[in-house]
Amino acid sequence: MHYEFNWMVVLTGEYRDWIIQGLIITLKISAISIVLSLLLGTLVTTLRMTKIKVLEWITLSYIEFFRNTPLLVQIFFWYFGSYVIFPDAVNQWLYDHDYEFAIGVVSLTIYTAAFIAEEIRSGIISIPKEQMESSRATGLSFIQAMSYVVLPQAFRIVIPTLISQFLNLIKNSSLVMTIGVMDLTYMTRQIESYSFRGFEAFTVATLLYIAISLIVSFAITMYNKKFLSLIKY
Amino acid sequence: MHWYVVWNNMEYFLLGRFPNGPLGGLALSIVLAIGGIFFAVWIGLLFGLMRLSRRWYVRIPSIIYIEIIRGTPLLLLIFWFYFLSPILLGRPMPEARSTLAAFSVFTGAYVAEIVRAGIQSIPKGQMEAARTSGLTYMQGMISVVLPQALRNMIPSFVNQFVSLTKDTSLAFIIGVQELTRVATQVNNRTMNAPAEIFFTIAVIYFIICFGLTQTSRYLEKKLSYKTSGKIRHEKIELLEDDYSITT
Repeated sequence: MHYEFNWMVVLTGEYRDWIIQGLIITLKISAISIVLSLLLGTLVTTLRMTKIKVLEWITLSYIEFFRNTPLLVQIFFWYFGSYVIFPDAVNQWLYDHDYEFAIGVVSLTIYTAAFIAEEIRSGIISIPKEQMESSRATGLSFIQAMSYVVLPQAFRIVIPTLISQFLNLIKNSSLVMTIGVMDLTYMTRQIESYSFRGFEAFTVATLLYIAISLIVSFAITMYNKKFLSLIKY
Repeated sequence: MHWYVVWNNMEYFLLGRFPNGPLGGLALSIVLAIGGIFFAVWIGLLFGLMRLSRRWYVRIPSIIYIEIIRGTPLLLLIFWFYFLSPILLGRPMPEARSTLAAFSVFTGAYVAEIVRAGIQSIPKGQMEAARTSGLTYMQGMISVVLPQALRNMIPSFVNQFVSLTKDTSLAFIIGVQELTRVATQVNNRTMNAPAEIFFTIAVIYFIICFGLTQTSRYLEKKLSYKTSGKIRHEKIELLEDDYSITT
């Protein structure tokens, strides 16, 4: 093995700035997608719980289809096929703004929301039926009962699994480099091809990803210890 | 809509240039997935057992491996194997082989966690009884605990296989001729039917993964019924069978 390490290349100057820019993009695209996929996932679950056959059927096929296809194919589908799928006005808006970034957010959101919807559903199922029935009996509508009584309890239970979904999302966000979003992985790859300092660049990127996921999994453990032990049924 | 583009290239999607060249397309994806899960199961079994060891010098390396791999995106791992094999081995590794190594190492960490959870789900009494009847720890593990634990793990293994099948699409990034790569090639060549092509590819992946997911759900139902205590004697019989096979 004849390889001279030169960590200064990656830790100073232009390449360090690239890594920081990449990290910011990764965190930004992840944060936006987390918020949107949480909203979409909750919406999908609520629609599925309405007991209206058509809605149930549509949401179920959405969940199954997007859970069982690779994210990369979905990204390409939205990226190359968006001009067929979206109306012209939407496309024009996307082209005017950061097209790659927007498609990245769209595909990550739609992919993750399918997983989140399943998690939230399992949380809702674990809430006793009487909660919904009694809140309906006190005069709340379905939506009100969902949003004031059932969902708050369900969320408390599923938060650890939701967080690990967010963790997956952060790791999955590395795939958007394939359509040219300049995230951490893209920048690492670029440093590799500019300087042939692949080893150093990949090490730094890997450490950053691991740091993110360790922080998040530490948060889950603390949550499990502190909060879940307090909940009594 | 230009669906004829899809139909004209269907054979290319499924087999690549196979009879006249290397295997590609869906066939290569499946080969990568099956090869990956095969090696991953052994790696996972090893590290899952190491993770449960009482000795810290066995346990800690396994924890480090699992945590590092689970915290790293697969894409980065593929780059690691691809760009570093020339440095470490002195010669470049073929793309397909280096992604296979990446898939095995990546999935192995997840399998290790499944193995750990599976073994922990077996009541402690099993191991204690095995030790009392004179087996060593290893014997008790191999002939009593693991056969029961592996049975419970089967659905999780299938789920892991599903996500590995989806993840084989990432081999695209370093130019392995699997299904996603082949699809982008056709897309770049034809230019007029991107939505149709990628929708078809998604459907192909979906058929495989959904079929496997349903299998895993079916197995989960079936296996959980049998171990729920209703047919106790059958479970014990099964244990004896396994015992006689392994000794």
